Amino acid sequence: MQVPILKQGNYLIASVQSALSDDDLRLLRDDLSDRVGRFRSTGVIIDVTALDVIDSFATRTLQSVAQMLKLRGAYTVIVGIRPDVAFVMVQLGLTLADVGAALDLEEALEHLNNRRRRNLYEHRAKDTGEAGRLGRAGSSPNRPGLSPSRANRRADREGQPRSGHASPRSMEHGR
Amino acid sequence: MADESRINIRNPAEIVTARQQGRILAVQLGFDGSELTVIATAISEIARNILEHAKDGEVVISRCNHRKRYGICVVARDFGPGIADIDQAMQYGYSTHKGLGIGLPGTKLLMDEFHIMSVVGQGTTVTMKKWRH
Repeated sequence: MQVPILKQGNYLIASVQSALSDDDLRLLRDDLSDRVGRFRSTGVIIDVTALDVIDSFATRTLQSVAQMLKLRGAYTVIVGIRPDVAFVMVQLGLTLADVGAALDLEEALEHLNNRRRRNLYEHRAKDTGEAGRLGRAGSSPNRPGLSPSRANRRADREGQPRSGHASPRSMEHGR
Repeated sequence: MADESRINIRNPAEIVTARQQGRILAVQLGFDGSELTVIATAISEIARNILEHAKDGEVVISRCNHRKRYGICVVARDFGPGIADIDQAMQYGYSTHKGLGIGLPGTKLLMDEFHIMSVVGQGTTVTMKKWRH
């Protein structure tokens, strides 16, 4: 079954309705990846409240989706892992790296907003510290001359202050 | 035995069927919230193992008794390539496929009893039990 994806401002919300088969997953991954590019989303929320089981396969899948979206410039937050599901995941030793987690949608949106604000603040306060992260987020490595502060200023000039993830995109615009 | 269900495992949808059946029987046996998820996850892991390594097999879920105790018994059987080195397969983080290598060792942690028997070229049988406490 296809996973419906909603757009909410700068974020995408995917609601997983039933157990994911391999094909559903591929579809979700490609769909999200495509839309992150199309809508310039900086955050993706994946709601897994409907999943009664998150086994190693599901974890691996969610992890790979999140990592791929990270390379596309969006941060992923998983929402609605049930307490008993969390219990089993811990027992199995399953972890989700580079992925945020929140209890519900509201908290997830807040998480993304805070992250955005924090990133923006860090950019303004400290130029050098963010350089590595900018480079990793997909910017062109052969443009070392463009410092994060410049990228930021450029983003600001466009009238939309953006988070660390989005900055490489603003650079693309400027090219 | 009356309460027994047998599920063929040939595609991902049947993994879901297997864990749903397991959950239904576990509810009948009186297992509670987190134990139900533990059992369903264990069945899910073991069924996926069948699908990934043997392509075809079955999961049989039944009630089991031992003296005064009772619980749920899950037997996962396939006629796939078998496992040459069971100790290695049971190692945490070891995987011949591109998995996490958590399936078998993880499932063993989840259940009270776990037994694996495999003959190369003939197949693998995993028997696992969870007792009602």
